[in-house]
Amino acid sequence: MSVKQISVFLENKPGELNALTQVLASHHIDMRAMSLSETNEFGIARIIVDRPLDTATVLKDAGYVCTVTSVLAVAIPNVPGGLNQVLNVLSEANINLEYGYAFLGGKKDSAYMVFRVANNSTATAALREKGIRVAEPGELEGM
Amino acid sequence: MERYYQPEIETMPRDQLRALQDERLVKQVKHVWDNVPYYRAKMEAKGITPDDIKGVADLHKLPFVTKADLRDAYPYGLMGKPLSECVRIQSTSGTTGKRVVAFYTQHDIDLWEDCCARAITAVGGTKEDVCQVSYGYGLFTGGPGLNGGSHKVGCLTIPTSSGNTERQIGFIKDLSSTILCCTPSYAAYLGESMKEMGMGPDDIPLKAGIFGAEAWSEEMRQDIQKTLGIKAYDIYGLTELSGPGVSFECSAQNGMHINEDHFIAEIIDPETGEVLPEGSKGELVFTSITKEAFPLLRYRTRDICQLNYEPCPCGRTHVKMCKPMGRSDDMLIIRGVNVFPSQIETVLLNHGYAANYQIIVDRVKNTDTLEVRVEMTSEMFTDNLGEIDKRQKDLVAGLRSMLGLAAKVTLVAPKSIVRSEGKAVRIIDKRKI
Repeated sequence: MSVKQISVFLENKPGELNALTQVLASHHIDMRAMSLSETNEFGIARIIVDRPLDTATVLKDAGYVCTVTSVLAVAIPNVPGGLNQVLNVLSEANINLEYGYAFLGGKKDSAYMVFRVANNSTATAALREKGIRVAEPGELEGM
Repeated sequence: MERYYQPEIETMPRDQLRALQDERLVKQVKHVWDNVPYYRAKMEAKGITPDDIKGVADLHKLPFVTKADLRDAYPYGLMGKPLSECVRIQSTSGTTGKRVVAFYTQHDIDLWEDCCARAITAVGGTKEDVCQVSYGYGLFTGGPGLNGGSHKVGCLTIPTSSGNTERQIGFIKDLSSTILCCTPSYAAYLGESMKEMGMGPDDIPLKAGIFGAEAWSEEMRQDIQKTLGIKAYDIYGLTELSGPGVSFECSAQNGMHINEDHFIAEIIDPETGEVLPEGSKGELVFTSITKEAFPLLRYRTRDICQLNYEPCPCGRTHVKMCKPMGRSDDMLIIRGVNVFPSQIETVLLNHGYAANYQIIVDRVKNTDTLEVRVEMTSEMFTDNLGEIDKRQKDLVAGLRSMLGLAAKVTLVAPKSIVRSEGKAVRIIDKRKI
Protein backbone atom coordinates (compact mmCIF):
# COMPACT_ATOMS: atom_id res chain seq x y z
CA MET A 1 0.00 0.00 0.00
CA SER A 2 1.33 3.42 -0.73
CA VAL A 3 0.59 7.11 -0.45
CA LYS A 4 1.15 9.81 -3.04
CA GLN A 5 4.06 12.15 -2.53
CA ILE A 6 4.78 15.17 -4.70
CA SER A 7 8.41 15.97 -5.49
CA VAL A 8 9.10 19.50 -6.69
CA PHE A 9 12.25 20.81 -8.36
CA LEU A 10 13.53 23.98 -6.68
CA GLU A 11 16.56 26.10 -7.39
CA ASN A 12 18.85 26.47 -4.40
CA LYS A 13 18.46 30.20 -3.78
CA PRO A 14 16.74 32.49 -1.27
CA GLY A 15 12.97 32.67 -1.42
CA GLU A 16 12.37 29.53 -3.50
CA LEU A 17 10.71 27.48 -0.77
CA ASN A 18 8.72 30.50 0.31
CA ALA A 19 7.39 30.91 -3.23
CA LEU A 20 6.34 27.27 -3.24
CA THR A 21 4.50 27.42 0.09
CA GLN A 22 2.86 30.66 -1.07
CA VAL A 23 1.30 28.81 -4.00
CA LEU A 24 0.12 26.00 -1.71
CA ALA A 25 -1.30 28.49 0.80
CA SER A 26 -3.20 30.45 -1.81
CA HIS A 27 -4.89 27.24 -2.94
CA HIS A 28 -5.66 26.17 0.66
CA ILE A 29 -3.58 23.05 0.31
CA ASP A 30 -2.79 21.44 3.63
CA MET A 31 0.61 19.81 4.02
CA ARG A 32 0.97 16.65 6.09
CA ALA A 33 4.69 16.19 5.76
CA MET A 34 7.68 17.73 4.04
CA SER A 35 11.29 16.83 3.43
CA LEU A 36 14.01 18.81 1.65
CA SER A 37 17.04 17.36 -0.15
CA GLU A 38 19.57 19.53 -1.83
CA THR A 39 22.69 19.70 -3.94
CA ASN A 40 24.73 22.88 -4.38
CA GLU A 41 22.48 24.28 -7.08
CA PHE A 42 19.08 22.74 -6.73
CA GLY A 43 16.93 20.74 -4.41
CA ILE A 44 13.86 18.60 -4.28
CA ALA A 45 11.00 19.40 -1.91
CA ARG A 46 9.00 16.26 -1.18
CA ILE A 47 5.56 16.88 0.27
CA ILE A 48 2.53 14.90 1.31
CA VAL A 49 -0.68 16.91 1.11
CA ASP A 50 -4.42 16.54 1.56
CA ARG A 51 -5.20 16.71 -2.19
CA PRO A 52 -2.21 15.29 -4.09
CA LEU A 53 -3.58 15.30 -7.63
CA ASP A 54 -5.03 18.82 -7.35
CA THR A 55 -1.74 19.97 -5.93
CA ALA A 56 0.23 18.53 -8.82
CA THR A 57 -2.03 20.40 -11.24
CA VAL A 58 -1.79 23.64 -9.27
CA LEU A 59 2.01 23.41 -9.19
CA LYS A 60 2.31 22.61 -12.88
CA ASP A 61 0.07 25.57 -13.69
CA ALA A 62 2.29 27.74 -11.53
CA GLY A 63 5.27 26.69 -13.68
CA TYR A 64 6.88 24.13 -11.38
CA VAL A 65 8.35 20.86 -12.53
CA CYS A 66 7.06 18.15 -10.23
CA THR A 67 6.33 14.48 -10.18
CA VAL A 68 3.97 12.28 -8.17
CA THR A 69 5.69 9.31 -6.56
CA SER A 70 4.16 6.45 -4.61
CA VAL A 71 5.91 6.05 -1.28
CA LEU A 72 5.42 3.84 1.72
CA ALA A 73 4.09 5.45 4.92
CA VAL A 74 4.65 3.18 7.89
CA ALA A 75 3.00 3.76 11.29
CA ILE A 76 5.70 3.71 13.93
CA PRO A 77 4.80 2.44 17.37
CA ASN A 78 5.45 5.36 19.71
CA VAL A 79 7.70 3.43 22.10
CA PRO A 80 11.48 3.25 22.43
CA GLY A 81 12.76 0.93 19.72
CA GLY A 82 9.62 1.50 17.60
CA LEU A 83 11.51 2.53 14.47
CA ASN A 84 14.06 -0.18 15.07
CA GLN A 85 11.35 -2.86 14.88
CA VAL A 86 10.26 -1.55 11.51
CA LEU A 87 13.79 -1.35 10.13
CA ASN A 88 14.55 -4.86 11.34
CA VAL A 89 11.77 -6.16 9.14
CA LEU A 90 12.88 -4.21 6.10
CA SER A 91 16.48 -5.15 6.60
CA GLU A 92 15.67 -8.85 6.93
CA ALA A 93 13.60 -8.66 3.76
CA ASN A 94 16.68 -7.11 2.10
CA ILE A 95 14.77 -3.98 1.08
CA ASN A 96 16.87 -0.95 0.22
CA LEU A 97 15.72 2.52 1.34
CA GLU A 98 16.37 5.29 -1.20
CA TYR A 99 15.35 7.96 1.26
CA GLY A 100 13.02 8.47 4.20
CA TYR A 101 11.66 11.06 6.58
CA ALA A 102 9.57 11.13 9.72
CA PHE A 103 6.47 13.05 10.66
CA LEU A 104 3.85 13.07 13.39
CA GLY A 105 0.22 12.48 12.57
CA GLY A 106 -2.60 14.64 13.89
CA LYS A 107 -3.60 12.15 16.60
CA LYS A 108 -1.79 11.36 19.78
CA ASP A 109 0.62 8.45 19.45
CA SER A 110 0.62 8.50 15.69
CA ALA A 111 4.05 8.81 14.12
CA TYR A 112 4.97 7.82 10.58
CA MET A 113 8.06 7.17 8.55
CA VAL A 114 7.85 7.74 4.83
CA PHE A 115 10.11 5.43 2.82
CA ARG A 116 10.99 5.32 -0.85
CA VAL A 117 11.64 1.72 -1.83
CA ALA A 118 11.89 -0.05 -5.16
CA ASN A 119 8.77 -2.13 -4.66
CA ASN A 120 5.99 -0.90 -2.39
CA SER A 121 3.96 -4.12 -2.42
CA THR A 122 6.87 -6.35 -1.37
CA ALA A 123 7.75 -4.00 1.47
CA THR A 124 4.11 -3.69 2.56
CA ALA A 125 3.67 -7.45 2.61
CA ALA A 126 6.85 -7.94 4.65
CA LEU A 127 5.79 -5.31 7.21
CA ARG A 128 2.19 -6.49 7.53
CA GLU A 129 3.32 -10.05 8.07
CA LYS A 130 5.03 -8.80 11.24
CA GLY A 131 1.95 -6.86 12.30
CA ILE A 132 3.29 -3.43 11.39
CA ARG A 133 0.71 -1.01 10.04
CA VAL A 134 1.22 0.63 6.67
CA ALA A 135 -0.93 3.64 5.77
CA GLU A 136 -3.75 2.98 3.32
CA PRO A 137 -4.05 5.25 0.27
CA GLY A 138 -6.01 8.30 1.37
CA GLU A 139 -5.31 7.77 5.05
CA LEU A 140 -2.84 10.63 5.32
CA GLU A 141 -4.80 12.91 3.03
CA GLY A 142 -7.88 12.71 5.25
CA MET A 143 -5.98 13.16 8.48
CA MET B 1 34.88 -0.64 -56.75
CA GLU B 2 33.33 2.78 -56.33
CA ARG B 3 29.82 3.02 -57.71
CA TYR B 4 28.13 6.16 -58.96
CA TYR B 5 24.47 6.83 -59.60
CA GLN B 6 25.19 9.24 -62.46
CA PRO B 7 28.86 8.52 -63.30
CA GLU B 8 29.10 10.87 -66.27
CA ILE B 9 28.09 13.81 -64.06
CA GLU B 10 29.68 12.78 -60.78
CA THR B 11 33.11 12.21 -62.31
CA MET B 12 32.91 14.93 -64.98
CA PRO B 13 36.24 16.72 -65.49
CA ARG B 14 36.17 20.06 -63.64
CA ASP B 15 36.48 22.24 -66.73
CA GLN B 16 33.47 20.55 -68.27
CA LEU B 17 31.60 20.89 -65.00
CA ARG B 18 32.44 24.59 -64.95
CA ALA B 19 31.13 25.01 -68.48
CA LEU B 20 27.91 23.25 -67.47
CA GLN B 21 27.58 25.58 -64.46
CA ASP B 22 28.20 28.66 -66.66
CA GLU B 23 25.48 27.64 -69.05
CA ARG B 24 22.97 26.74 -66.34
CA LEU B 25 23.66 29.87 -64.30
CA VAL B 26 23.04 32.18 -67.25
CA LYS B 27 19.77 30.42 -67.96
CA GLN B 28 18.74 30.45 -64.29
CA VAL B 29 19.43 34.18 -63.84
CA LYS B 30 17.23 34.86 -66.85
CA HIS B 31 14.50 32.60 -65.41
CA VAL B 32 14.60 34.43 -62.06
CA TRP B 33 14.66 37.88 -63.70
CA ASP B 34 11.61 37.00 -65.77
CA ASN B 35 9.61 35.27 -63.05
CA VAL B 36 10.61 36.51 -59.59
CA PRO B 37 9.84 40.24 -59.28
CA TYR B 38 11.16 40.27 -55.70
CA TYR B 39 14.67 39.24 -56.79
CA ARG B 40 14.53 41.28 -59.99
CA ALA B 41 14.00 44.38 -57.81
CA LYS B 42 17.11 43.44 -55.80
CA MET B 43 19.11 43.10 -59.03
CA GLU B 44 17.80 46.41 -60.32
CA ALA B 45 18.74 48.08 -57.04
CA LYS B 46 22.34 46.95 -57.71
CA GLY B 47 22.13 48.04 -61.33
CA ILE B 48 22.49 44.48 -62.65
CA THR B 49 20.65 42.81 -65.52
CA PRO B 50 20.91 39.22 -66.78
CA ASP B 51 23.30 40.49 -69.49
CA ASP B 52 25.91 41.14 -66.79
CA ILE B 53 26.03 37.47 -65.86
CA LYS B 54 28.00 35.52 -68.44
CA GLY B 55 29.06 32.70 -66.16
CA VAL B 56 30.22 31.63 -62.71
CA ALA B 57 32.95 34.30 -62.77
CA ASP B 58 30.20 36.95 -62.61
CA LEU B 59 28.28 35.28 -59.78
CA HIS B 60 29.70 37.71 -57.17
CA LYS B 61 27.84 40.57 -58.86
CA LEU B 62 24.45 39.16 -57.88
CA PRO B 63 22.70 40.21 -54.67
CA PHE B 64 22.37 37.74 -51.79
CA VAL B 65 19.17 36.12 -50.64
CA THR B 66 18.98 35.90 -46.84
CA LYS B 67 16.65 34.39 -44.28
CA ALA B 68 15.15 37.88 -43.92
CA ASP B 69 14.24 37.82 -47.62
CA LEU B 70 12.51 34.49 -47.17
CA ARG B 71 10.53 36.05 -44.34
CA ASP B 72 9.63 39.17 -46.31
CA ALA B 73 8.62 37.23 -49.39
CA TYR B 74 6.66 34.57 -47.48
CA PRO B 75 4.88 32.60 -48.79
CA TYR B 76 4.85 33.11 -52.59
CA GLY B 77 7.28 35.98 -53.24
CA LEU B 78 10.28 33.92 -54.36
CA MET B 79 8.46 31.51 -56.62
CA GLY B 80 9.71 31.03 -60.16
CA LYS B 81 6.70 29.03 -61.42
CA PRO B 82 2.94 29.47 -61.06
CA LEU B 83 1.30 27.36 -58.35
CA SER B 84 -0.43 25.31 -61.05
CA GLU B 85 3.01 23.98 -62.11
CA CYS B 86 3.95 23.02 -58.54
CA VAL B 87 3.26 19.58 -57.13
CA ARG B 88 4.65 19.74 -53.57
CA ILE B 89 5.70 21.92 -50.70
CA GLN B 90 8.10 21.08 -47.89
CA SER B 91 8.67 23.22 -44.86
CA THR B 92 11.06 23.85 -41.98
CA SER B 93 10.15 23.76 -38.33
CA GLY B 94 10.54 27.52 -38.06
CA THR B 95 12.82 27.39 -35.02
CA THR B 96 14.73 30.50 -36.07
CA GLY B 97 11.76 32.67 -36.87
CA LYS B 98 9.12 32.25 -39.52
CA ARG B 99 8.94 28.87 -41.17
CA VAL B 100 10.30 28.43 -44.67
CA VAL B 101 7.90 27.03 -47.25
CA ALA B 102 9.63 25.73 -50.37
CA PHE B 103 7.81 24.80 -53.59
CA TYR B 104 8.68 22.04 -56.06
CA THR B 105 7.70 21.24 -59.61
CA GLN B 106 7.85 17.58 -60.68
CA HIS B 107 11.19 18.42 -62.33
CA ASP B 108 12.51 19.81 -59.01
CA ILE B 109 11.44 16.69 -57.12
CA ASP B 110 13.11 14.55 -59.73
CA LEU B 111 16.46 16.33 -59.46
CA TRP B 112 16.30 16.34 -55.66
CA GLU B 113 15.69 12.60 -55.64
CA ASP B 114 18.62 12.13 -58.04
CA CYS B 115 20.83 13.90 -55.49
CA CYS B 116 19.62 11.55 -52.73
CA ALA B 117 20.13 8.55 -55.03
CA ARG B 118 23.75 9.65 -55.54
CA ALA B 119 24.18 9.70 -51.74
CA ILE B 120 22.73 6.21 -51.32
CA THR B 121 24.85 4.83 -54.17
CA ALA B 122 27.94 6.47 -52.67
CA VAL B 123 27.55 4.47 -49.46
CA GLY B 124 27.34 1.27 -51.50
CA GLY B 125 23.58 1.09 -52.05
CA THR B 126 22.24 -0.97 -55.00
CA LYS B 127 18.92 -2.52 -55.94
CA GLU B 128 19.88 -5.50 -53.77
CA ASP B 129 19.72 -3.32 -50.65
CA VAL B 130 16.97 -2.74 -48.13
CA CYS B 131 16.90 0.93 -47.19
CA GLN B 132 15.11 1.91 -43.99
CA VAL B 133 14.17 5.57 -43.92
CA SER B 134 13.73 6.61 -40.30
CA TYR B 135 13.73 10.34 -40.93
CA GLY B 136 10.39 12.00 -40.31
CA TYR B 137 7.99 11.97 -43.24
CA GLY B 138 5.78 14.97 -43.83
CA LEU B 139 6.74 18.62 -44.10
CA PHE B 140 10.32 17.79 -43.07
CA THR B 141 12.45 17.04 -46.13
CA GLY B 142 14.41 14.14 -44.59
CA GLY B 143 11.88 11.34 -45.10
CA PRO B 144 10.53 12.27 -48.54
CA GLY B 145 14.01 13.05 -49.96
CA LEU B 146 15.72 9.81 -48.97
CA ASN B 147 12.57 7.85 -49.77
CA GLY B 148 12.65 9.17 -53.35
CA GLY B 149 16.39 8.54 -53.66
CA SER B 150 16.00 5.00 -52.40
CA HIS B 151 13.30 4.30 -55.01
CA LYS B 152 15.54 5.65 -57.76
CA VAL B 153 18.39 3.37 -56.72
CA GLY B 154 15.91 0.51 -56.65
CA CYS B 155 16.38 -0.42 -53.00
CA LEU B 156 13.52 -2.05 -51.19
CA THR B 157 12.41 1.00 -49.23
CA ILE B 158 11.03 0.76 -45.70
CA PRO B 159 9.33 4.05 -44.85
CA THR B 160 9.27 3.64 -41.07
CA SER B 161 9.55 7.42 -40.47
CA SER B 162 10.85 8.45 -37.05
CA GLY B 163 9.93 7.10 -33.62
CA ASN B 164 8.70 3.77 -32.27
CA THR B 165 12.16 2.46 -31.57
CA GLU B 166 11.27 -1.17 -30.92
CA ARG B 167 9.45 -1.38 -34.24
CA GLN B 168 12.46 0.20 -35.99
CA ILE B 169 14.76 -2.42 -34.55
CA GLY B 170 12.21 -5.13 -35.37
CA PHE B 171 12.18 -4.10 -39.04
CA ILE B 172 15.97 -3.87 -39.24
CA LYS B 173 16.17 -7.43 -37.95
CA ASP B 174 13.14 -9.08 -39.58
CA LEU B 175 13.40 -7.44 -43.02
CA SER B 176 17.20 -7.34 -43.06
CA SER B 177 17.68 -3.61 -43.58
CA THR B 178 21.17 -2.90 -44.87
CA ILE B 179 21.04 0.91 -45.05
CA LEU B 180 19.63 3.20 -42.37
CA CYS B 181 18.73 6.85 -42.97
CA CYS B 182 17.97 9.05 -39.94
CA THR B 183 19.40 11.79 -37.73
CA PRO B 184 22.71 10.91 -36.06
CA SER B 185 21.18 11.32 -32.61
CA TYR B 186 18.45 8.85 -33.49
CA ALA B 187 21.03 6.40 -34.83
CA ALA B 188 22.90 6.67 -31.52
CA TYR B 189 19.63 6.14 -29.66
CA LEU B 190 18.79 3.06 -31.73
CA GLY B 191 22.22 1.68 -30.84
CA GLU B 192 21.59 2.28 -27.13
CA SER B 193 18.15 0.68 -27.31
CA MET B 194 19.55 -2.36 -29.08
CA LYS B 195 22.07 -2.76 -26.29
CA GLU B 196 19.27 -2.62 -23.73
CA MET B 197 17.42 -5.29 -25.70
CA GLY B 198 20.53 -7.44 -25.48
CA MET B 199 21.43 -7.08 -29.16
CA GLY B 200 24.82 -6.26 -30.63
CA PRO B 201 26.06 -5.19 -34.08
CA ASP B 202 26.37 -8.82 -35.16
CA ASP B 203 22.64 -9.38 -34.66
CA ILE B 204 21.65 -6.96 -37.43
CA PRO B 205 22.49 -6.88 -41.15
CA LEU B 206 22.94 -3.07 -41.38
CA LYS B 207 26.09 -2.05 -43.24
CA ALA B 208 25.76 1.68 -43.79
CA GLY B 209 23.94 4.71 -42.42
CA ILE B 210 23.21 8.11 -43.94
CA PHE B 211 22.86 10.60 -41.12
CA GLY B 212 22.15 14.30 -41.36
CA ALA B 213 19.86 17.21 -40.48
CA GLU B 214 21.84 18.08 -37.35
CA ALA B 215 25.38 18.75 -36.22
CA TRP B 216 27.39 15.72 -35.10
CA SER B 217 30.98 15.17 -34.17
CA GLU B 218 33.63 12.72 -35.34
CA GLU B 219 33.42 11.04 -31.89
CA MET B 220 29.75 10.48 -32.44
CA ARG B 221 30.51 8.89 -35.82
CA GLN B 222 32.94 6.47 -34.18
CA ASP B 223 30.38 5.62 -31.48
CA ILE B 224 27.60 4.94 -33.97
CA GLN B 225 29.88 2.89 -36.22
CA LYS B 226 30.82 0.74 -33.25
CA THR B 227 27.39 0.22 -31.68
CA LEU B 228 25.61 -0.47 -34.98
CA GLY B 229 28.53 -2.17 -36.73
CA ILE B 230 28.21 0.04 -39.83
CA LYS B 231 29.91 2.81 -41.76
CA ALA B 232 28.27 6.12 -40.90
CA TYR B 233 28.07 8.79 -43.60
CA ASP B 234 27.10 12.44 -43.41
CA ILE B 235 24.60 14.17 -45.67
CA TYR B 236 23.81 17.87 -45.90
CA GLY B 237 20.96 19.93 -47.23
CA LEU B 238 18.51 22.72 -46.59
CA THR B 239 14.81 22.94 -47.30
CA GLU B 240 15.51 26.28 -49.01
CA LEU B 241 17.62 24.45 -51.63
CA SER B 242 15.58 21.19 -51.86
CA GLY B 243 16.44 19.12 -48.78
CA PRO B 244 19.05 16.45 -47.99
CA GLY B 245 21.43 15.69 -50.83
CA VAL B 246 22.82 19.15 -51.54
CA SER B 247 26.02 17.36 -50.57
CA PHE B 248 26.89 13.87 -49.33
CA GLU B 249 29.81 11.80 -48.14
CA CYS B 250 31.55 9.14 -50.22
CA SER B 251 33.62 6.12 -49.18
CA ALA B 252 36.48 8.46 -48.18
CA GLN B 253 34.36 9.77 -45.26
CA ASN B 254 36.19 13.07 -45.11
CA GLY B 255 33.85 15.70 -46.48
CA MET B 256 30.66 15.94 -48.48
CA HIS B 257 30.66 16.25 -52.28
CA ILE B 258 28.44 19.14 -53.31
CA ASN B 259 26.21 18.33 -56.27
CA GLU B 260 27.75 21.11 -58.32
CA ASP B 261 25.71 20.42 -61.44
CA HIS B 262 22.75 21.71 -59.37
CA PHE B 263 24.31 24.02 -56.80
CA ILE B 264 27.20 26.47 -57.04
CA ALA B 265 28.96 26.96 -53.71
CA GLU B 266 30.82 30.07 -52.58
CA ILE B 267 32.55 30.93 -49.32
CA ILE B 268 32.15 34.53 -48.22
CA ASP B 269 33.24 36.72 -45.37
CA PRO B 270 30.08 36.92 -43.25
CA GLU B 271 30.91 40.51 -42.23
CA THR B 272 31.67 42.06 -45.61
CA GLY B 273 30.00 39.67 -48.04
CA GLU B 274 33.29 39.43 -50.02
CA VAL B 275 33.99 36.13 -51.75
CA LEU B 276 36.99 34.49 -50.06
CA PRO B 277 39.82 32.66 -51.84
CA GLU B 278 39.73 28.89 -52.33
CA GLY B 279 40.24 26.94 -49.11
CA SER B 280 39.18 29.79 -46.78
CA LYS B 281 36.88 29.32 -43.87
CA GLY B 282 33.71 31.43 -44.09
CA GLU B 283 29.99 31.45 -44.69
CA LEU B 284 28.63 29.01 -47.22
CA VAL B 285 26.50 30.50 -49.99
CA PHE B 286 24.56 28.44 -52.54
CA THR B 287 23.08 29.25 -55.91
CA SER B 288 20.65 26.71 -57.29
CA ILE B 289 21.03 26.50 -61.06
CA THR B 290 18.43 23.88 -61.94
CA LYS B 291 15.48 24.49 -59.65
CA GLU B 292 12.36 25.89 -61.25
CA ALA B 293 9.81 26.58 -58.54
CA PHE B 294 12.03 27.98 -55.79
CA PRO B 295 15.17 29.18 -57.59
CA LEU B 296 17.33 30.85 -54.93
CA LEU B 297 20.40 32.73 -56.13
CA ARG B 298 23.29 33.31 -53.70
CA TYR B 299 21.42 32.06 -50.66
CA ARG B 300 23.32 32.74 -47.43
CA THR B 301 23.14 29.55 -45.39
CA ARG B 302 24.78 31.11 -42.27
CA ASP B 303 26.76 27.87 -41.99
CA ILE B 304 30.47 28.40 -41.44
CA CYS B 305 32.33 26.00 -43.65
CA GLN B 306 35.40 25.24 -45.74
CA LEU B 307 35.59 23.79 -49.26
CA ASN B 308 38.15 21.22 -50.34
CA TYR B 309 39.01 21.12 -54.05
CA GLU B 310 41.64 18.39 -53.79
CA PRO B 311 40.94 15.31 -55.94
CA CYS B 312 39.05 12.67 -53.98
CA PRO B 313 40.14 9.00 -54.03
CA CYS B 314 36.50 8.03 -54.77
CA GLY B 315 36.83 9.51 -58.26
CA ARG B 316 34.11 12.14 -57.87
CA THR B 317 35.23 15.50 -59.16
CA HIS B 318 32.70 17.63 -57.31
CA VAL B 319 34.08 19.86 -54.54
CA LYS B 320 33.81 18.66 -50.96
CA MET B 321 32.58 20.71 -48.00
CA CYS B 322 33.48 19.99 -44.38
CA LYS B 323 30.86 19.54 -41.70
CA PRO B 324 29.46 23.00 -40.97
CA MET B 325 31.42 24.33 -38.02
CA GLY B 326 28.51 26.39 -36.78
CA ARG B 327 26.49 29.46 -37.60
CA SER B 328 28.02 32.72 -38.70
CA ASP B 329 25.71 34.77 -36.53
CA ASP B 330 26.72 33.56 -33.11
CA MET B 331 30.18 32.05 -32.91
CA LEU B 332 32.05 32.33 -29.59
CA ILE B 333 35.74 31.80 -29.04
CA ILE B 334 36.35 30.17 -25.66
CA ARG B 335 39.89 29.26 -24.63
CA GLY B 336 40.77 29.54 -28.30
CA VAL B 337 38.13 27.02 -29.34
CA ASN B 338 35.32 28.03 -31.67
CA VAL B 339 32.02 27.29 -30.00
CA PHE B 340 28.66 27.59 -31.68
CA PRO B 341 25.41 27.64 -29.68
CA SER B 342 23.99 25.26 -32.29
CA GLN B 343 26.49 22.61 -31.13
CA ILE B 344 25.38 23.04 -27.53
CA GLU B 345 21.78 22.87 -28.65
CA THR B 346 22.44 19.60 -30.44
CA VAL B 347 23.96 18.05 -27.33
CA LEU B 348 21.04 19.21 -25.18
CA LEU B 349 18.53 17.71 -27.59
CA ASN B 350 20.54 14.49 -27.85
CA HIS B 351 20.39 14.18 -24.07
CA GLY B 352 16.66 14.75 -23.82
CA TYR B 353 16.73 18.34 -22.57
CA ALA B 354 14.78 21.14 -24.20
CA ALA B 355 16.66 23.70 -26.25
CA ASN B 356 15.97 26.37 -23.62
CA TYR B 357 19.42 27.27 -22.44
CA GLN B 358 21.74 30.12 -21.73
CA ILE B 359 25.48 30.24 -22.22
CA ILE B 360 27.50 32.28 -19.75
CA VAL B 361 31.11 32.96 -20.64
CA ASP B 362 33.38 34.56 -18.09
CA ARG B 363 37.07 34.93 -17.43
CA VAL B 364 38.38 33.79 -14.05
CA LYS B 365 42.12 34.11 -13.34
CA ASN B 366 42.87 34.60 -17.04
CA THR B 367 41.01 31.46 -18.04
CA ASP B 368 37.72 31.47 -19.91
CA THR B 369 34.88 29.62 -18.22
CA LEU B 370 31.80 28.26 -19.90
CA GLU B 371 28.58 27.66 -18.06
CA VAL B 372 25.48 26.24 -19.70
CA ARG B 373 22.25 26.91 -17.84
CA VAL B 374 19.55 24.45 -18.78
CA GLU B 375 15.92 24.55 -17.78
CA MET B 376 14.65 21.48 -15.96
CA THR B 377 11.75 19.85 -17.77
CA SER B 378 9.07 17.36 -16.70
CA GLU B 379 10.71 14.75 -18.92
CA MET B 380 14.12 15.08 -17.27
CA PHE B 381 12.95 15.50 -13.68
CA THR B 382 12.78 12.53 -11.41
CA ASP B 383 12.29 12.15 -7.69
CA ASN B 384 15.74 10.57 -7.49
CA LEU B 385 18.63 13.00 -6.87
CA GLY B 386 21.21 10.40 -7.88
CA GLU B 387 19.54 9.95 -11.25
CA ILE B 388 19.37 13.71 -11.86
CA ASP B 389 23.04 13.92 -10.97
CA LYS B 390 23.87 11.10 -13.38
CA ARG B 391 21.96 12.79 -16.23
CA GLN B 392 23.77 16.04 -15.49
CA LYS B 393 27.14 14.27 -15.65
CA ASP B 394 26.18 12.61 -18.94
CA LEU B 395 25.36 16.03 -20.32
CA VAL B 396 28.73 17.44 -19.20
CA ALA B 397 30.46 14.50 -20.91
CA GLY B 398 28.38 15.06 -24.07
CA LEU B 399 29.34 18.75 -24.17
CA ARG B 400 33.00 17.92 -23.67
CA SER B 401 32.95 15.47 -26.53
CA MET B 402 31.16 17.88 -28.89
CA LEU B 403 33.04 21.08 -28.00
CA GLY B 404 36.38 19.76 -26.81
CA LEU B 405 35.93 21.96 -23.74
CA ALA B 406 34.84 21.44 -20.17
CA ALA B 407 31.57 23.19 -19.41
CA LYS B 408 29.70 23.58 -16.17
CA VAL B 409 26.04 22.61 -16.39
CA THR B 410 23.56 24.30 -14.09
CA LEU B 411 19.98 23.09 -13.92
CA VAL B 412 17.54 25.94 -13.39
CA ALA B 413 13.83 26.23 -12.84
CA PRO B 414 11.49 25.98 -15.84
CA LYS B 415 10.81 29.25 -17.67
CA SER B 416 13.52 31.02 -15.67
CA ILE B 417 15.55 31.79 -18.80
CA VAL B 418 14.35 35.02 -20.34
CA ARG B 419 12.62 34.74 -23.67
CA SER B 420 12.53 37.88 -25.68
CA GLU B 421 10.50 38.32 -28.86
CA GLY B 422 12.20 36.40 -31.64
CA LYS B 423 15.74 35.61 -30.61
CA ALA B 424 16.21 34.42 -27.05
CA VAL B 425 19.00 35.93 -24.98
CA ARG B 426 21.19 32.87 -25.20
CA ILE B 427 24.65 34.23 -24.71
CA ILE B 428 25.98 36.31 -21.85
CA ASP B 429 29.63 37.14 -22.35
CA LYS B 430 30.99 38.69 -19.14
CA ARG B 431 34.61 38.68 -20.27
CA LYS B 432 36.31 42.04 -20.23
CA ILE B 433 38.88 41.77 -22.96
